[in-house]
Amino acid sequence: MTGPAPIKFYQTGTLTVGNRLLPVLNQSVQSDPGRSNALNCGHRACQGCGEALGARYALDAAMRATNRKLIVANATGCLEVFSTPYPESSWQVAWLHSLFGNAPAVATGIAAALKVKGKADTRVIAQGGDGGTVDIGFGCLSGMFERNDDVLYICYDNEAYMNTGIQRSSATPPTARTMTTPAIGEEPGNVFGQGKSVPLIAMAHGIPYVATASVADLRDLEHKVEKAMTFHGARYLHLHVPCPLGWGADTAHTIKLARLAIESGLYPIIEAEQGEVVGRRTIRKRVPVEDYLRPQNRFAHLFRPTLDTRRIAEVQAIADRNIRRFGLEGGVQ
Amino acid sequence: MLRQIEGSQAIAEVVAMCRPEVICAYPITPQTHIVETLSAIVKQGRLKPCEFINVESEFAALSVAIGASAAGARAYTATASQGILFMAEAVYNASGMGLPMVMTVGNRAIGAPINIWNDHSDSMALKDAGWIQLHAETNQEAADLHMQAFRLSEAISLPVMVCLDGFILTHAYERVDLPTQDEVDAFVPPYVPRQVLDPEEPINIGAMVGPDAFMEVRYLAHHRQLEALEYIPLLAEEFRARFARAAGGLFQTYRAQDAETIVVALGSVNGTIKDVVDTLRGEGVRIGSISLCSFRPFPTAALAEALKSARRVITIEKSLANGLEGDVAHDLRLSLHGRTTRLNCVIAGLGGRPITRASLTRVFREAVEDRLPALSFLDLNMEAVNRQLEHERAAPAESILASMYASSSRP
Repeated sequence: MTGPAPIKFYQTGTLTVGNRLLPVLNQSVQSDPGRSNALNCGHRACQGCGEALGARYALDAAMRATNRKLIVANATGCLEVFSTPYPESSWQVAWLHSLFGNAPAVATGIAAALKVKGKADTRVIAQGGDGGTVDIGFGCLSGMFERNDDVLYICYDNEAYMNTGIQRSSATPPTARTMTTPAIGEEPGNVFGQGKSVPLIAMAHGIPYVATASVADLRDLEHKVEKAMTFHGARYLHLHVPCPLGWGADTAHTIKLARLAIESGLYPIIEAEQGEVVGRRTIRKRVPVEDYLRPQNRFAHLFRPTLDTRRIAEVQAIADRNIRRFGLEGGVQ
Repeated sequence: MLRQIEGSQAIAEVVAMCRPEVICAYPITPQTHIVETLSAIVKQGRLKPCEFINVESEFAALSVAIGASAAGARAYTATASQGILFMAEAVYNASGMGLPMVMTVGNRAIGAPINIWNDHSDSMALKDAGWIQLHAETNQEAADLHMQAFRLSEAISLPVMVCLDGFILTHAYERVDLPTQDEVDAFVPPYVPRQVLDPEEPINIGAMVGPDAFMEVRYLAHHRQLEALEYIPLLAEEFRARFARAAGGLFQTYRAQDAETIVVALGSVNGTIKDVVDTLRGEGVRIGSISLCSFRPFPTAALAEALKSARRVITIEKSLANGLEGDVAHDLRLSLHGRTTRLNCVIAGLGGRPITRASLTRVFREAVEDRLPALSFLDLNMEAVNRQLEHERAAPAESILASMYASSSRP
C-alpha cells in the first residue's frame, strides 16, 4: 500500500518495514513513547482481540493527526463493554456511548455542536462493530454519509455479533458457523447471500474518503486514519478485526488470519475518494481460501468429516471475484 | 407583542428566541409546522449560530440531539405519535445520561389503526422514560412553556417534553403574546452544561453500569424528578413576575376552592371543562377543575392538598391503559390514598373524537348524582361496539357452518 512517502522495506520480500529508517513524521504512531494510548491497557477484551488492537492503533493515529482534539462516539458492543465497566474506563479521550444503532447520529450531533461553538478544529469519530454498523446502525450511517457530516466512522468488522455471544450479522461470511447459523443440516453455517459491502455502499454516497484496512497491516491502518483526518465531511473506514473467540481460532493467530483474509482475496484492501477507487493493495503471494478457512473452527464443517469441495469452491469464487473486481492481482505495488 | 398566529408558528418563534444551537428535524404530523417554521427562521439568518439538521428518522433526530447536548450545545427537536415510539430507545437514553434538551410533542394517537388526530397515547407511552413532561392548555401557554422548559431542563440536567394537543393547538390560529428577544434572553440564559465532551478535559459518558450501582443511578434520576417538583413552581412564579401572565407550574386550579367535585385533565380540553364548570356553577353545583401541567414529575403531594376537600374527582383522559383505566386517574390514586374520595375516570377524545360541552355537562351531572361508573368512555358508540362483539361471538359458529357446507356435497 502506498504511504505518505515511499516505504523502504527492511528486508526484501517481506512487509517488515524498518520504522527507524523512516522520517520521524512517517514513523508508526505506536512507536512514539508519547503516544496518547486512547484505549489504555487494563480493559477486559479477550486475549488476541483484533478489535482492541485496531481501536488502539486507529484512535492513537487520529489523536496524533488532530493534535489530540478528538471526541469519540461509540456504539454498543464489545468495544464499549470491555472498555467501560463502571467505574472503570480505558478511554483516555473524550468518549460517549449512547446506543447500539445511533453512533453515527450522535457523532453528527457532536460535530454540529462543535461547529456552532466555533470549535471545528476538534474532530469527531464514531465507531462500532459490524452489527452496530452494517445492521442496526445502518440507517443512521447512511444519513450521516448523505448529509456529509464531518465525522469519520470506523467499523470494526469481526463478522458477527460477538458481544451477545456470536450471532450472525449481515457481515458474517457464507458458511460461517455462528450460534444462529449452526453448522448442521443441508446447508451448514451461514447462507450464501448477496453480501453487503458497506465500503461500496459508502462509496455510492460519494463521500470524501472510504477505505478498508486490516489489523494485518497496522502501519497502513495508521496511515489511512491520518489520511482520513485530512478530509472534512463524512468518511468511512472498514477495519477487519479477527475475533479468536467467535471464529474459533488460536488467540496467537489474529494477525495471521487477518493477513490470510487479504492474501486470499476475501478481504480487499482499497481506498476511494469521492466514490472513486484511488488505491488498492495488490496481493503479494496469493493463497487459496482453504488456507484462511481451515484454521477457524467456524468453518470446521467444510473440512470434517469430509472435505466440502463444493462450498469451498463457492467461497473461492467470492475471493476470485474480489480480485478481478478490485484489480488485486500482482506483486508489491 | 400580540399576534394572531398558528400554534406551531408561535412555538417555533419562541423556541428560536430561546437560541437552540442544534435543531434536529424529521417530519411527522401534527408537529411538522414547528420544524418547518424553524427551518425558515434559521435560513433567514434570524437564529445564529444554529445547525438545522434534516435527519433520516426520529431515532436519528433524538440521537443527534443527544450528541449535541453532550458536546455542550442547546438542542431541540419536535415529534409526535409514531415518531416518539420510533425514538423510544433514545428517549430513555437522553434522560439516563442526564442530558438537557427540549422536545415538543404534538400529541397524536398511535396506530394501528393509523390515526393522525389528537389524543395523549404517544407521550403517555413514554411517561416513565425519565423525562419531565409538561402539558400546555393553550397556545399561549405552549409558547411560554418552551421558555420555562429550556430553563428547567438545564437547571436540573434532565430532558423536557412540552406536550400540546395536535391540531387542536398546533394548527389553531389564535392570539398569542410573543415575547421580545430581550425578554427571552433575560429569562433563558446561555446553556452551561454540567458535563461536556471536551478534548481539553476528556470525560467518558455512557459507561456500562452493573448491579452494584444501577439502583443508585436510577434512584438519583428519581430524585432529580422530585427536585423538579420544587423547581417548577418557582420557575412559574418567576415567569409570572416577568411576563405578567400565568403559565406552567405544577397545575392550575379553577373555581376549586370550595368545590365538592373537581375535574382533573391534561391539555386543551381544560378550556371546555372550565366552560362547563361555569355553567354548572350557575346551577349551584359546587364544581371546579384542575389543569394538570406537570404530568412528570407527578405532583402527588400538591394534588393531595388541592383535592383534600373534594368528595369526588373526575378525570377526563385522552389515553387509556388497556385493561386498566386512564393514566391520570391511575397516578392520582396515590394523592387520594387513605381517603373516601370517589374517583371517576372518563376516557374521552381518543383519536381526535371531539369532546363537547354537552357531553361533558352530561357526565359531570351523572358524576355529581353518583350515577357515573368508576370507568366510563365519553360518547362511545356502544351500538357499534356491541355489533362487533356479537359478530365476533358469532364467528366461531359461522365458521363451523361454513366448514360443514364445504365438506358436504352441494344439493
